Amino acid sequence: MAESTQPHTVAVTPEAQAIVVDPSTAAIRVRQFNLWYGDFQALFNVDIDVTHGKVTSLIGPSGCGKSTLLRSINRINERLGYVRTTGNIELLGQNILTPGVELTPLRRAVGMVFQRPNPLPLSIRDNVLFAYRLSKGGKTTRAEEDQVLQKALEEVLLWDQVKDRLTRAATALSLEEQQKLCIARLLPVKPSVLLMDEPCSALDPKATLAVEELIWKLRGEYSILIVTHNMAQARRASDECIFMLMGEVVEHSATGEMFVTPKQQKTADYIEGRFG
Amino acid sequence: MSSPQSDRLDDRIDAAWIWDRIARAVIFVGGISAIIFVVAIFAFVAKEGLTFIFQKLDLGFFFTSMEWRPAQEPEPEFGGLALIAGTASVTGLAMLIAVPFSLGVAIYIGEFATGKVRETLKILVELLAAIPSVVWGFIGLTILNPLIIDLFNVPVGLTVLNAGIILGLMAAPIMTTIAEDALKAVPDSYREAAEAMGATRWQVIRQVVLPSASKGLVAAILLGVGRGFGETMAVLMASGHAINIPTSPFDSARALTATIAAELGDTARGSDHYKALFSLGILLFLVTFVINLLADVLVRKGASDRS
Repeated sequence: MAESTQPHTVAVTPEAQAIVVDPSTAAIRVRQFNLWYGDFQALFNVDIDVTHGKVTSLIGPSGCGKSTLLRSINRINERLGYVRTTGNIELLGQNILTPGVELTPLRRAVGMVFQRPNPLPLSIRDNVLFAYRLSKGGKTTRAEEDQVLQKALEEVLLWDQVKDRLTRAATALSLEEQQKLCIARLLPVKPSVLLMDEPCSALDPKATLAVEELIWKLRGEYSILIVTHNMAQARRASDECIFMLMGEVVEHSATGEMFVTPKQQKTADYIEGRFG
Repeated sequence: MSSPQSDRLDDRIDAAWIWDRIARAVIFVGGISAIIFVVAIFAFVAKEGLTFIFQKLDLGFFFTSMEWRPAQEPEPEFGGLALIAGTASVTGLAMLIAVPFSLGVAIYIGEFATGKVRETLKILVELLAAIPSVVWGFIGLTILNPLIIDLFNVPVGLTVLNAGIILGLMAAPIMTTIAEDALKAVPDSYREAAEAMGATRWQVIRQVVLPSASKGLVAAILLGVGRGFGETMAVLMASGHAINIPTSPFDSARALTATIAAELGDTARGSDHYKALFSLGILLFLVTFVINLLADVLVRKGASDRS
């Protein structure tokens, strides 16, 4: 796939190149964040700023902690029960790791897309409306629901394909459609951040491209942090890149800059395929 | 032309070949014998009971009359309604107790308990399932009986209530184990997806886990019903064994199974009474067979729906 033929090749804008993080534009600020699974420390003093309205890629070899970092931002990591953290993660200026933070509103503000498309075993309609209904405490009218449903599915370019089978099981859709549905179901509760954990790794190349285009379309309205092990994907579908190694952030640059003139030798070695 | 190795591909009878044949034969006999036993049992029960059912038993009378006087001379009466009502009421009450109890325990073990608590609970539940039914009957007779008399101020404690409680406690462990398996079979990705959308633990369980485990849960309940239907000794000891259509939980009752166990020893082999008891056996066999078949179909369907 020649990069120049991609419709959404990243144009490196001057302000992206500079990466001067203005606190008011950071959607996520992570400061001195450490994380342990039991006795094993997976993240070391992580500092990152995710720019508002941009697509930021987290890249690095397997086991470098990129998924762990992603899963800390909506605190889904805590399901494991043996996770311990220190440091701050600020979302819209609020530290989400303080005891006063409720998980339910946090997870509505921070949507997550998983590696394998994981629609719930419900109809397409019930999947898209799942979080919306929860957020309204079950008090929604049919007309409201129809409107929300259509808007969300149109946003992910799925409406025309599924509008005649909204009551069918979502699990019967193709993987590409399932992954788009998994993005669509986050939108009705108006998240500010979308976290994506290798969202295309279960998809074929054509579906990957379609989902990447969708991600690119959603940028601006949502701040998107995406974990990928696919360097070409990071290069063509993100504004900024964060390179991690052994639980530490090595480099955070504009995508165009990182792939052309990496600042760190380790980054250069990794993106040139010398390890990882 | 025969080279020195021309027999290389020929079948050779060596030790490995012989052991293979022996192992195959033993495994075949073991596998087939289960089927043979089931068929043989059914054939035996049918042989003793079926001709009686078709030739002598008045089926209309059997299903509508509570007059069970199998030893009456000259004209014995075989009315099974009281026995059917007894079994149904005891099983029904048992399920009222066992279903919420076992589903609650299964949800706690499967969705909330972790680590040592979870393992300990599972072992305890399996231990409960291994208690012999006569021990349960003994508990009904010596502990629940006086307790019911004292608590509710009734003359007799060997009642539908007593047998229902005992049977409920007996059926709950096996129902818990199967229900927990059904919950465990729900992919964790469903829970993770729902939690990541801001669902609380209870919302995840109520809206995602229980619906997708529903077939397995119904199967667990059905197996509990089958267990209750077929249980003999505990019911015989705890129900009061009185021919009676119970109208309240404080009435005594008599179950189909208990009737067979109590009366078969006193009958002459081949007599009408003897054959009538086998007819009850056929009824029990058919009901439990249908219930188990239904449960099995649901478990399989649940498994194939997920894949």
